[in-house]
Amino acid sequence: MSLLEVRDLNVWFGLPGGGELHAVQGVGFDLDAGERFGLVGESGCGKTTSILAMMGLLPPNASVAGEVSLAGTNILAGGEDSVRPHRWTDIAMVFQGAMNALNPVRTVLSQIAEPIVLHGGSSAVAARKRAGELLELVGIPASSGSRYPHEFSGGMRQRAAIAMALACEPKVLLADEPTTALDVMVQAQILDLLVGLSDEFGLALMLVTHDLPVVAQVCQRAAVMYAGEIVETGTTDALFHYTRHPYTRLLFAATPDLYGTGAVASIPGAPPRLDEPVVGCPFLPRCDSVVERCERERPLLRLVGAVDGATAAHAVACHRDDAGGAGGAGGTQ
Amino acid sequence: MSAVATEPGLTGTVSRARAGLIRQALMERKAAALGLGIIAFFVILAIAAPLIAPYSTTARTCAVFAPPSASHWFGCDDGGIDMLSEIISGGRISLIIGFAATLIAMLIGGGVGIASGYFGRWLDITLMRITDYLLVIPDLAFAMVIADVWGPSLSHVIGVIAILEWATTARIIRAQVMSVKERVYIKRARSIGASHARIIGRHILPQVGPLLMANTVLTVAVAIYLETALAFLGLEDPTTTTWGTILEHAFDRAAVSAGAWWAIVPDGLVITLLIMGCFLLGQAIEDALNPRLKVAHLSSRRWALRPLAGRGPGAI
Amino acid sequence: MTGEGILLDVADLRARYPVRRSIADRLARRPRHWVRAVDGVSFSLRRGEMVALVGESGCGKTTTAQTILRMVESAGGTITVDGQDITALSQRRLRPLRRGIQMVYQDPYESLDPRFRVRQTVAEPLLVHGLGATRRERDELVAGALERAGLAPAGLYLDRYPHELSGGQRQRVAIAAALALDPVLLLADEPVSMLDVSVRAGVLALLDGLRRDGRLGVLMITHDLSTAAHFADRIAVMYLGRIVEYGPARQVINDPQHPYTKALLSVVPDRDPRRRKTAQILSGETPNPVAIPTGCRFRPRCPIAEDRCAETDPHLKLARGAHPEPHEVACILA
Repeated sequence: MSLLEVRDLNVWFGLPGGGELHAVQGVGFDLDAGERFGLVGESGCGKTTSILAMMGLLPPNASVAGEVSLAGTNILAGGEDSVRPHRWTDIAMVFQGAMNALNPVRTVLSQIAEPIVLHGGSSAVAARKRAGELLELVGIPASSGSRYPHEFSGGMRQRAAIAMALACEPKVLLADEPTTALDVMVQAQILDLLVGLSDEFGLALMLVTHDLPVVAQVCQRAAVMYAGEIVETGTTDALFHYTRHPYTRLLFAATPDLYGTGAVASIPGAPPRLDEPVVGCPFLPRCDSVVERCERERPLLRLVGAVDGATAAHAVACHRDDAGGAGGAGGTQ
Repeated sequence: MSAVATEPGLTGTVSRARAGLIRQALMERKAAALGLGIIAFFVILAIAAPLIAPYSTTARTCAVFAPPSASHWFGCDDGGIDMLSEIISGGRISLIIGFAATLIAMLIGGGVGIASGYFGRWLDITLMRITDYLLVIPDLAFAMVIADVWGPSLSHVIGVIAILEWATTARIIRAQVMSVKERVYIKRARSIGASHARIIGRHILPQVGPLLMANTVLTVAVAIYLETALAFLGLEDPTTTTWGTILEHAFDRAAVSAGAWWAIVPDGLVITLLIMGCFLLGQAIEDALNPRLKVAHLSSRRWALRPLAGRGPGAI
Repeated sequence: MTGEGILLDVADLRARYPVRRSIADRLARRPRHWVRAVDGVSFSLRRGEMVALVGESGCGKTTTAQTILRMVESAGGTITVDGQDITALSQRRLRPLRRGIQMVYQDPYESLDPRFRVRQTVAEPLLVHGLGATRRERDELVAGALERAGLAPAGLYLDRYPHELSGGQRQRVAIAAALALDPVLLLADEPVSMLDVSVRAGVLALLDGLRRDGRLGVLMITHDLSTAAHFADRIAVMYLGRIVEYGPARQVINDPQHPYTKALLSVVPDRDPRRRKTAQILSGETPNPVAIPTGCRFRPRCPIAEDRCAETDPHLKLARGAHPEPHEVACILA
């Protein structure tokens, strides 16, 4: 039994003119303590919505189905009421653009102390002391805590946001694009921090991002999302060296490599609308290796055999794998 | 050259611009439609005044302070003049004053706001100090002094109201222009070499238009109110009939002690009604302009849970 | 260094912003401080070439582009475009020359007027400069520009509003608007950083293709070294307003000379999980350009700094050792 188990997570958004947007379509994965898992995809694929659903932070026009189990207990079972006790104390989140979400009129220290008081009921003094320790943990001198967010640089604000997420000592940390708006050097610092936290404290880290190389270097396992569902999942090694799904392969091919000389290519077309049911494979219009079955039948995520050393489960949602056996092109140039 | 595959969503038909904000406001909010209806009603009334008014507003047609009856719906005032006719004709003048003053105020205020917001620096500082001065002066005291100096004619009343009103508009428009000026497409237009006139006329004005519209409507409300106030204080030409002078006459000639509520109440009601209509419309346009006013996150409703339905055997 | 085919020559360019002083400062007559955003930048660009200005935020790369475009006034140095010195030209005399220099901005969602149809956006530069006497002529030029930007058939896009288009398509419209005047120099400021990964390559390939057909040169501003490595002919690495390394793209990537470049390259994550490199994570963040360190500006964070680095402010010089092509570096130890 893993620390975090998500099964068949679905999210629908009610649209103003009637109808529904099926934003997340049956997402599932496991996460263990100390593990780093990457959720990769482009804008609109449903990755942010998925983790917001896990935290129970969706807007009123959303409906959710599925299981989110923390150490065996489905926290989604009773809706908001069953999620709330676990929010922040067991599972916490660093939001996209968190560095801009700090309250400008309160000191950084007070903002980190706030969740400690709210969730743990500790005294204000103890909370402030703990907040100071958390700042040190993320690499900010505790004395800087008395400053305001606008006095911090972007990287420091992101660290403060991480400290805030760690305030109640959660076991699982969900990070939504934590380094997207940061310079590459600061990104390296923040990723280094997150890796250190996961190694040292056994924090289970889920990294949601569109940046494939970041996931390749930081995470042990990853899942690629497209049009609301997971199309391929496995170890990052298997994803790169034994790629099965055409989207994953094309996504790697669209990512320039510092030292590589191969051509970089776009994927023509755009993702399908999620307010209409899709017949067949949602990637069909953009896929370069279509078979007849792809038009009729929607591929389900299926396990594929471990290949040459890949030990953890590798799963793909593609008909080609069923048919071909050897799967798509292994690795990229 | 590399072609871009046609993407879903680009259908054959071409859409119009996102429904104009004003149209959007009207469609979404019943209050806006109601407000527009009220304003339209009074405008039509004002235009058709000479044709609709049942009796003359100068000749005596009934007894002094005659109560409402079948022939005189709102009764008569102290001079035996039919109240309904007075209100209808008075509305015409009041609306003319209101709209004219607002138009002048909008032209000055809009112009100052755009110039100030766009060019900034010394022009901005100078214009804003003038605006500050006007904003700080108490409205009615200022109006009384000006009316006293200039004399109580109709055009002077329009002038006074316009002077009092342009400053608020200038401030609001300036703020909007300053934020629009920073948008990237404005910078791009500058870097192409577009002239200031072109940028203001084709890029900034359309963005500022809806706000100016909302402000115009709200200013009409204030103008009507100010006209009433000025008339009531005796600063208007007493021989003209406006909603304000009707009230002024009524109080002046002891309608209250005579118990002649019909000399006061209907008039007050129409003023209130028009101002309310203007506010309804103006607020609706402002709300449509400001998406951040949406308060869905404060709702007590929560996301809903649905029963779990699997997707088939073997699905992970 | 002017010569045949040099499209853009920038020599010792400087640009600065004043720091606002409080009333107390003014009364105490404290000296005014300047943010030296561009502090002596020199490089050149040929027709048919793409040069990438690379660096982190605050290094001055965007300000350099804006200064070349004359949207920001320079405080020193020269800008020469196609042999003509445009540094000190008045805005009025500059206007006709603006045709030749066009910029593509980072945010495709903001760089198009939401009330203009695509046709109007692309036609606007033509109207400003008086090209295309009739509506029909202008339409032809607009369609040509759209197709050159990869939006074909143009008829499908002419009457669209920006909100009907995807990010990639909007960026192509912005490029088409830039191409409408048939410029010789295209400045691209982070042209793909706000686009989805699967769309980026297409727009970059477009820019690449535009300069390869020989009509124009592209100066690309980016923070992404991988993009620069793939598409640019030469890379100039900037730090705190200065170019610290300048050479052929492949050479700068494979054989970096400046310690900053080396550190930067070491922290760019590789998409292959098996390829691990020792990351040289510099401590702290780039200092504020108001207070540029004395001597070598990289000294406080440099892993190999020596005492003598505090004494000299190094300028670009040819790197030591054998290199296939000229490779300049601003470091006394390289």
